[in-house]
Amino acid sequence: MIRDFTFGQFFPGNSILHRLDPRTKLLWTIAYIVQLFVCDAWISYLVPFLYLVLVIWISKISWVIVLRGVKPVLPLIVFTSVLNMFFVTGTPIVSIGFFHPTYEGLALAVRLTLRIVLLIMGTSMLTYTTSPIALTDGMEQLLRPLEKLRFPVHEMSMIMSIALRFIPTLVEETDKIMSAQKARGADMESGSVIERGKAMIPLLIPLFVSAFRRAEELAEAMECRCYRGGEGRTKLRQLCYTLLDAWTLLSAVVAFGLVIGCNVLF
Amino acid sequence: MNQQITVNHVCFEYQREGEEPVLVLQDLNLSIQKGEFVAVLGHNGSGKSTLAKHFNALLLPTVGTVLVNGIDTTDENRLFDIRQQVGMVFQNPDNQIVATIVEEDVAFALENLGVPSAEIRRRVDDALRAVGMYEFRNHAPHQLSGGQKQRVAIAGILAMRPECIVLDEPTAMLDPKGRREVLKTITELNREHQTTIALITHYMEEAVQADRVVVVDHGKIVLEGTPKQVFSQVERLKELGLDVPQVTELCYLLRREGYDLPDDIITEEECVRALEALFAAQKGTTLGDSENGTFDVSI
Amino acid sequence: MAILKTEHLTYRYSPGTPFEKAAVSDVNLEIEEGAFVGVIGHTGSGKSTLIQHFNGLLRPSSGHVYLDGQDIWADKKKIRSVRFQVGLVFQYPEYQLFEETVFKDIAFGPTNMGMTPDEVKRAVEEAMEFVGLSASLAQKSPFDLSGGQKRRVAIAGVMAMRPRVLILDEPTAGLDPKGRDRILKQIRAFHDQTKTTVLLVSHSMEDIADYAEKALVMNHAKLFAYDTVESVFSRSKELEELGLSVPQITRVFHKLRADGMPVRENVYTIPYAIKDLMRQLPKKGGVPHDS
Repeated sequence: MIRDFTFGQFFPGNSILHRLDPRTKLLWTIAYIVQLFVCDAWISYLVPFLYLVLVIWISKISWVIVLRGVKPVLPLIVFTSVLNMFFVTGTPIVSIGFFHPTYEGLALAVRLTLRIVLLIMGTSMLTYTTSPIALTDGMEQLLRPLEKLRFPVHEMSMIMSIALRFIPTLVEETDKIMSAQKARGADMESGSVIERGKAMIPLLIPLFVSAFRRAEELAEAMECRCYRGGEGRTKLRQLCYTLLDAWTLLSAVVAFGLVIGCNVLF
Repeated sequence: MNQQITVNHVCFEYQREGEEPVLVLQDLNLSIQKGEFVAVLGHNGSGKSTLAKHFNALLLPTVGTVLVNGIDTTDENRLFDIRQQVGMVFQNPDNQIVATIVEEDVAFALENLGVPSAEIRRRVDDALRAVGMYEFRNHAPHQLSGGQKQRVAIAGILAMRPECIVLDEPTAMLDPKGRREVLKTITELNREHQTTIALITHYMEEAVQADRVVVVDHGKIVLEGTPKQVFSQVERLKELGLDVPQVTELCYLLRREGYDLPDDIITEEECVRALEALFAAQKGTTLGDSENGTFDVSI
Repeated sequence: MAILKTEHLTYRYSPGTPFEKAAVSDVNLEIEEGAFVGVIGHTGSGKSTLIQHFNGLLRPSSGHVYLDGQDIWADKKKIRSVRFQVGLVFQYPEYQLFEETVFKDIAFGPTNMGMTPDEVKRAVEEAMEFVGLSASLAQKSPFDLSGGQKRRVAIAGVMAMRPRVLILDEPTAGLDPKGRDRILKQIRAFHDQTKTTVLLVSHSMEDIADYAEKALVMNHAKLFAYDTVESVFSRSKELEELGLSVPQITRVFHKLRADGMPVRENVYTIPYAIKDLMRQLPKKGGVPHDS
């Protein structure tokens, strides 16, 4: 089940999108989100939609993967859509007992669905084409000005990259402890919510103990490698903007202009 | 000055809340020469890991001094010099890899030391080549085997260009293949790059490769010498809860039965040669012609 | 009669994806009740996957696993009772301890089985004795024990379920020689006293030679050999080709034989080696005592 989850994964490749500076991609993603929320006229949604189609095509990431990324939020979409349809007042489509789905509700539901789907697909393009390490590097660089306000930028990015590093290790470990406890007759799959919660204790305690042990050993290993925080640190990989980055950001501005144009004209 | 690490009358004590203090190291003396390969043996709880952690100021002695290239490890101003000169590799390969990409991890120490990017690149590539992991530089650590991860960890230390590497049971969690890989890497570093090696282990096959073996028990050095000198003391080692190589034990038991065998056999080849000499001697006495009794023992 | 039996047992990882891979392929095997089996194979050979089929933690992609002649997957609901009969101790089992006291942790399995409190108490005490943990440790927190003690608590946790088959995946990994010998001796004594069938996974050929009666060798997802330890180690050339090693003593004897010495081929323990050499070399120190 963890393997089916594509949102947030990285798919290595060598497309233009993969080669962009992570800072550009971060800024682009923010621009895309803003663009999406500025959309008002129906036709304006065509802009982020076509823009996304273009980006996916350039990235050479398979459509199946991109669509699968939306899967986990489907229940949420269905739920909010139904709520909107039935609880927004307006002109009823039909009346069945207490339920009066309205045209206004339907419109809002469609609008929300469009926004969520485009949002998920658009933002996941960032993680699909950017390695976690580039992503944290990019974030660290972008947030650097905040250091003047004493915001622990380096520490945040260090925490993030260590978390990313240990996710596969801990997933594997969870699997192993689960099997081991099942071998001792632990039943984690049946019973009431409370029983199931209780059944998680034999899994969670060893997991926490092990995470603490790992943290302690990692800290020692980092000390041995002269870690002393962000001060005076250099980087193996240095980020630098290219002309491509400029074009990308320009395209985002143009798209934004188009959305505004649509809103004004229609 | 040829001394890499000097341990002078070191005692180390720790105390857990509400408990009696535990004396882990007791008046311990040891010196490691530059370029030497020293194996430190001892059962779990003998104090060998605690001793290792004194070599690069991860722990500081309660009493006594530890000098690294003449620098006292209590000198806080020189802490990063010490850590750079004496690198340390730990038992669990998973818990010492920081980054999500192999080469980023190897670069970690250099980034901390503020080495310029181009120089980092060069040293990372060199270190990865030295441990034979260059082709894996863009892999994620969880895609590697235990032995490969441990070699990446060694490369991460090597990138600092330390004079000495301390390895605390680096093979304990590996399978035989990984163990061979790591041991090969260690011996190559010692022979080809003259890196001083302090290998903490309880595998005798590994200790046999060292120039000198030191056995620690109850926080003291109880045996010290060349592998041959140490392993010939089969009974003493067994008392200390340690193994001897099977061939050493075989020859020891045969000697006890009255066979004329050397007491310093620690490798397979030596054992085969000695046993064949025994066969030859016997054949010689029964045939009355000892010259025909020699065998070709070139292995 | 075979207590465990597999028929065309096959297990595929990630079926239906490009990563599909057979971890165990067409394994046919019969393990006799009361045997002490050493399981050998390098990492990735399929041995860990195989043993997880014996207690139903994994379900075969195809083929069958029989416990006492019953297909363990015939009734999915009964799989838990299979897990009680076939106890499995994972690698580094001390990392699964979670209870406040040693007693409670060992009692976890027996309690899940539905034993009465009296039975649980007896089972726990008995298991603690088997692994040499003194009764005074019962009320201590398992997290306060030494590494070797923790490991023994975890093993006792499975022994206390009184399984008919006990499977241990590298129970001595990371221990020092003393700790290793102690645990292996205790497992051997448990086997001898309770007649439990034991499967011991180990990378150490010396340990398999010293403790097991039979050896099961996995290679590239397939069963390479299942026979007495003696006959498996007599194939040392083939084993070495698989990247496995044989005991050092066996290698020495093979070299001696290759050089034309009149020694036996299937020597794999030190006492046996001594016996054989003393038979071949009756004269002490090369001095003839009769002629």
